[in-house]
Amino acid sequence: MKEAASSPALVLSRVRPGRIVAWTLLFIGGVIMVTPLLFMLSTSLKDASQVYDLRVIPAAPTLDNYVEILGDGRFTRWFINSTIIAVIVTLSNVFFDSLVGYTLAKFQFRGRYIVFIAILSTLMIPTEMLVLPWYLMASQFGWIDSYWGIMFPGMMTAFGTFLMKQFFEGVPDDFLEAARIDGLNEFTIWWKIAMPLVTPALSALAIFTFLGNWTAFFWPLIVTTSAELYTLPVGLSSFAVEQSIQWEKIMTGASIATLPTLIIFLFLQRYIVRGVMLAGLKG
Amino acid sequence: MSVVAHREVAAPGGLWSRLSLGQKQVIWAWGFLAVPLVFYVVIRFWPTFQAFYLSVTDWTITKPASFVGLENYKRLLADPLFWQVFRNTFMYLILGTPISLLISFVIAYYLDRVRFMHSFIRALYFLPFLTTAAAMAWVWRWFYQPVPIGVINDILSSFGIPQQPFLRSTTQALPAVLAPAVWAGLGFQIIIFLAGLRAIPVTYYEAARIDGLSEGAILRKITLPLLKPTLVFLVVFSSIGFLRIFDQVYNINTNDPGGPLNSTKPLVLMIYQTAFSSYEMGYAAAQTVVLFVILLVISLVQLRIMRDR
Amino acid sequence: MRFRHMLASVAIGVATLASTGVKAVEIEYWQYVFDTRVKAMTQLIAKFQEANPDIKVKQTTFPYADYQTKVAAAILAGQGPDVVQLFYGWTDTFIAGKMIRPLRAEAFPSADIERDFFPIVSAMKRGNDYYGLPTAVRSLALFYNKKIFKDAGLDPNNPPKTLDELVAAAEKTTKRDGSGNIVSAGMTLDMGGQDHQWWREVLIRQFGGTPYTDNDTKVTYNDESGLKALTFYTDLQKKHKVGQTGFMDEGQAAFRAGLAAMTIDGTFRLGSFGTIKAFEWGVVELPANAQGLRSNYASYFANAITSKAEGEKLAAAEKFLKYVSSPEAMKVWMEVVGELPARRAAALTPENAAHPIYGPFLKGLEYAHTTLFKDELAQRQVAIDMVNRVIIGGEEPKASLAKAAEAEQAILDRAKR
Repeated sequence: MKEAASSPALVLSRVRPGRIVAWTLLFIGGVIMVTPLLFMLSTSLKDASQVYDLRVIPAAPTLDNYVEILGDGRFTRWFINSTIIAVIVTLSNVFFDSLVGYTLAKFQFRGRYIVFIAILSTLMIPTEMLVLPWYLMASQFGWIDSYWGIMFPGMMTAFGTFLMKQFFEGVPDDFLEAARIDGLNEFTIWWKIAMPLVTPALSALAIFTFLGNWTAFFWPLIVTTSAELYTLPVGLSSFAVEQSIQWEKIMTGASIATLPTLIIFLFLQRYIVRGVMLAGLKG
Repeated sequence: MSVVAHREVAAPGGLWSRLSLGQKQVIWAWGFLAVPLVFYVVIRFWPTFQAFYLSVTDWTITKPASFVGLENYKRLLADPLFWQVFRNTFMYLILGTPISLLISFVIAYYLDRVRFMHSFIRALYFLPFLTTAAAMAWVWRWFYQPVPIGVINDILSSFGIPQQPFLRSTTQALPAVLAPAVWAGLGFQIIIFLAGLRAIPVTYYEAARIDGLSEGAILRKITLPLLKPTLVFLVVFSSIGFLRIFDQVYNINTNDPGGPLNSTKPLVLMIYQTAFSSYEMGYAAAQTVVLFVILLVISLVQLRIMRDR
Repeated sequence: MRFRHMLASVAIGVATLASTGVKAVEIEYWQYVFDTRVKAMTQLIAKFQEANPDIKVKQTTFPYADYQTKVAAAILAGQGPDVVQLFYGWTDTFIAGKMIRPLRAEAFPSADIERDFFPIVSAMKRGNDYYGLPTAVRSLALFYNKKIFKDAGLDPNNPPKTLDELVAAAEKTTKRDGSGNIVSAGMTLDMGGQDHQWWREVLIRQFGGTPYTDNDTKVTYNDESGLKALTFYTDLQKKHKVGQTGFMDEGQAAFRAGLAAMTIDGTFRLGSFGTIKAFEWGVVELPANAQGLRSNYASYFANAITSKAEGEKLAAAEKFLKYVSSPEAMKVWMEVVGELPARRAAALTPENAAHPIYGPFLKGLEYAHTTLFKDELAQRQVAIDMVNRVIIGGEEPKASLAKAAEAEQAILDRAKR
């Protein structure tokens, strides 16, 4: 106990005062960053009469809002929808983006460069421009208001393909050659030999794809019609409008939509931060 | 395992085994690419051409499309709302990108030197990046309310500062809508900056210190130039994000989206309203083409400028 | 006799059993999400299915904001509802998109409709055809918080009857903090809510004008009366400082929270205000002008049959539509949602007229007007912007009014083409 108390003091005494000021400012800034989240959580634990009391720690915390909102089943449904969609799209991206990235990085064939440039060029096309044709396509094929309708535009991305290609280029050819000599087929070589060598990149891709789909709003807003198929963000938005500005209910809904990713982050912080760094550096 | 694989490959018999290794590779490659290529053609390229085509038609959701030439573009250029929206969209970019990059660089620069509780503080900054913009817009909407319910105005008036209209003002509303977007993006930019700073070899700094360079000079002569690739990435990436802002704007003022008096309406919201409130799909398609051109030009100009320096 | 009776009922029973076994027609009904409306419709569907075991009705609901878009998109994709609820003001859009079909005169004779319903149903008529029928109609009234009235020294049983009294009461009931910020409004100002209807169909008429002519296709409010009406409204914030646009985000939210003494809202708000426990509130007819002239705005959601319904689904849809516009359904709707029956006989009972809450709304129906919107959202936006230009932008009401008239005329003209 005594040691624990003395050691930070020891560290601080060696540190220049400028460092302490910088640390304090950084800390205060960090607290300000999470203030909106704290207010959101704290208000979700208040009842209607306490909403105007702006204390961060509620005087009489209650879970009534959560019980009421989760009780009507819609949020549970939206939660499940969002999870299913984000998971499937993530799996699809991890599979196809790395397959294509690998092919473009490790195979020699005529047309490779053209395929690469063609895929890369789609990065320049904003989603918003494709939304109307997608919408037309979805209504013609009856995909409006279905999981597939929400998912299909994002099953593969040029960003993911590019990222994976960068990483596969770093995989030594010798490894693959050795496997070929062992008589493994190309699919097995990719899946069993190459993929395990790029797991950090795969987790980066998975994190980005999952987060992007979990928070996606624009396309799901357009392509869903019935409340049963809403994703969490779309459901929350319509729920909030419908609550006629009862802030404690809206904050509870916002908390339900936000908490899962925050909790996942607390457990996987190291991997997520590393993943973002990787994607940012190579992407 | 290898035996099984052998047999699979050998199964097609003579034809396959007669192929050279290179030919087999080509077949494998196109086999791997087959499904993705179909996807890219059907879900990316075809819709791109279709968007251009739709932009020269008068397609509404209820009427089939017929060719109208450049009518939609003419209408757009003559529409004062478009020019207002155009200005707004650029305001999001011009305010958002420099402000968020400056803040995140300063934070990353100092955070990089902090050891005590480093990952905890980093987590505080990073958390907002993981939130859902649609949800957070409602939190901020509540913050911006006038007294007695608005958090910010309550704090202001407890210090005797007059309350601010925020979302109810044509001048304050756009920065107020932008703030949550900047807030949510900071964490990502800080992490990327941190990664960039880490990638600079320590020996450079040591050499500079031996040469007697001041901290400021080190920042200017070593850190910033070596950080250029990171900076280019972040400038282009965040610019595209601000030019495409939608979720926050849509949710922060659901009764008058993009208001008051269209002062916060970005191009993507105009596209959404044209297409899905007024059903003027052709006109909306023309707007999406304009968005595409804007994004393309901005990215190219940025890359060009940053490369030259 | 008794035996034959029994035999007949057994036969009918077997027949119904057989028919349900063989084919239960399923039709889909769509409306927007509003808690009490969904509850009421669920009850009506249960009753209807009990009486018609061979028909199943599936209810689907959407948020109001996207409702129109979703309906349009779904019907055109061939997926949508067979019976759809739509705001009377969307009728032209729905007809233009071939989304709804005219009611067959054999099933719904015009003469009967005109005899039994309030005249405002004529907004569903195009040529000789009716395109839908309402279950309930809604009108506006002034809600006031009796507790705030008492605290301000006003008689809670004598709410304002004229516009001048309204302003006076609002001035007395507004509470401000030390810096002059409103902490409790005298009157809510929310053009995005019902205030635009109040301005358009009530205030303009009370100041001597008419909002539109030629079946509401020509804007005529850009004159002295329109200016007076707009100035009266914006002065509530600018001159009298009894309210503030955006206060508590929405007017209804402010009233609900007990932070506004008065608000103008419709019958549809009764369900939501009914849950208020913190204070007692009252309802009174919209205030008259100095000469005693009153006006009101009435509106309704009608139920229509979509172009998608064919054959046996069409027959089932007609049956369902008949049921939801029956006096029985109207009674359920009034009890659950609080909206007024669309049939004269069901609405104008002595008991309803004397009702402290329904009474003022029913009186309003007698002199109410209905705006034939071409694009309700866009026309509402024009009114919102008009007031914002004055209140936020500091523009002269006259200039702002002229811009609004021009913008709204453009919307009406565009719709005509």
